[in-house]
Amino acid sequence: MQQQHPAVFVRDLEKVFGRRNGLGRRRRRAALRGISFAVERGECVAVLGQNGSGKSTLVRVLSTLLLPDGGEAWIFDCDVLRDARSVRRLVNRVSVEASFFKKMSAAENLSYAARFYGMGPRETRAAVPEILTKVGFPPERRGESMEHLSRGMQQKVALARALLTSPVLLLLDEPTTGLDPRSKLEVQEFIRQVRAKHDATIILCTHDMAEAEALSDRVGILDRGRLLFLEPVEDVKRRFGVETLEEAFFAATGRTFEDESDEEKDREVFA
Amino acid sequence: MSSGVGSTEPPRSAGRGFAATGAGTAAVEMRHQLVGLFGIVERNVYLTKRYFLWDIAFMVWTIANTLTIVFIARAANLPPGRENTLATMLLVGATIWAFLGIIFEFMTETVAWERWEGTIEYTFMAPLSRLVHLFGQGAFAVLYGLIRATILFFAVAAFIGIHAPRANYGAALALLALASVSFIGVGIMASVLPLISPEKGAQLGFVAQGVMLVVSGVYYPVSVMPTWMQWIAKVSPATYALRGDRNEILTGAGLAWADVWPLLVIGAFSIPIGLLVFKTGERYAKRHGKLKRSG
Repeated sequence: MQQQHPAVFVRDLEKVFGRRNGLGRRRRRAALRGISFAVERGECVAVLGQNGSGKSTLVRVLSTLLLPDGGEAWIFDCDVLRDARSVRRLVNRVSVEASFFKKMSAAENLSYAARFYGMGPRETRAAVPEILTKVGFPPERRGESMEHLSRGMQQKVALARALLTSPVLLLLDEPTTGLDPRSKLEVQEFIRQVRAKHDATIILCTHDMAEAEALSDRVGILDRGRLLFLEPVEDVKRRFGVETLEEAFFAATGRTFEDESDEEKDREVFA
Repeated sequence: MSSGVGSTEPPRSAGRGFAATGAGTAAVEMRHQLVGLFGIVERNVYLTKRYFLWDIAFMVWTIANTLTIVFIARAANLPPGRENTLATMLLVGATIWAFLGIIFEFMTETVAWERWEGTIEYTFMAPLSRLVHLFGQGAFAVLYGLIRATILFFAVAAFIGIHAPRANYGAALALLALASVSFIGVGIMASVLPLISPEKGAQLGFVAQGVMLVVSGVYYPVSVMPTWMQWIAKVSPATYALRGDRNEILTGAGLAWADVWPLLVIGAFSIPIGLLVFKTGERYAKRHGKLKRSG
């Protein structure tokens, strides 16, 4: 029988950033402190954490944009350090900022992104309107430049960009932050559809507890660079004897989720 | 102590995963890379169309700036034949300055512009080889630069009334195209600067461009410079582009081997060295978190 490998395998992952302060002294902050976890193929896991907790750093390491300082990370059986090109074929990402060439249209931005994954003009001519329709973006507006689109519309194009290349691992880094309630629900519904219809593994980094609970199989809390647990929501609540994830966060860290100390704000600058 | 969650053994058996099997043969991979290269050129065409009026404005500025240089020949009070020669010499220098400026601008913008738009992380996490990525940027810069340099040359020549009845424009363009390989290599080296210094890196590209042209005899023969500068001129591709293009336009000479072989040698070294420099810079940026958008 063929052995099933986890979609994502991370062990003892470390990332430290250094910045010089005004006096020229170097300050070091650990963004990730010995993180270990595994995600099975087709699973959706949510990583909750405050600003500066290390969520984006984790996403960047998994998408080969940051080199870790210790530990290892594998996407399927490709090492993010030694086999980065293969990892890049498997992964795509949606970040909190819908980053595009603002003067270019949605269709042009999508075609540009697709070319990097080997999709020629003939393929994108058909695929771009199709994927835009799927994410709830009116395809007739695909010729409008990005700067004329609302934030919600831009985020839908960002989702389309990530899915256009058929990634087997989708990294969602606060994909609904800053969206109006309606756009937020539409994006969340689309994530559900992706899970239902595609064989994609999803890591959802968010600070929206309800979103994490609604979309994921397991939830983890990343606190100051440490992953405290990664378990099904019911197990988390049972473990701490609480009713909600907010209460679980408080029980695990001793702080409320909204309570960001100076250290968190300081860490955000680094991570 | 590590915070272990759901640990299993690392999946390091069984080859390179379905990324490699999906990519399949080298032919498929090569097709992907060529499509990626086309994508870079295509994106620049889109952006050029969007900023077309700005391009016209910059073209007017470049023509005006070149005129301020070429009018020096008029002020020199030389006999008409020698004035025409000096004006042509200055015009060739100014044209190549503008051409090289475009290449360096595009290459340094490989990083700087994408960082500004916030797309840099998406580009750097795509499975496109860095050589193809940078060469695509360079290829568009050369095409775009050649068009602008041609317009500049003929607009200024017509305005001043420069005569070049024997000019071999075909050879001049061919030499410039050959020199472009080296210019792209040096441009790749310069394009790493915004990776290392997001704030000031792009401006350092202009420094590199200026230094290269100063030692290459942009408006004067290399022989008038101090000996140590003449030695540096020997390894600058602009030296051979300037010398050759002047000969081809003033005397109608064909491609001279004395100009061609140094450009072939410099080109063969500059691209791999540029790539090595860029990859080192990219590694530094990924180690220190400098890819992330700033500002």
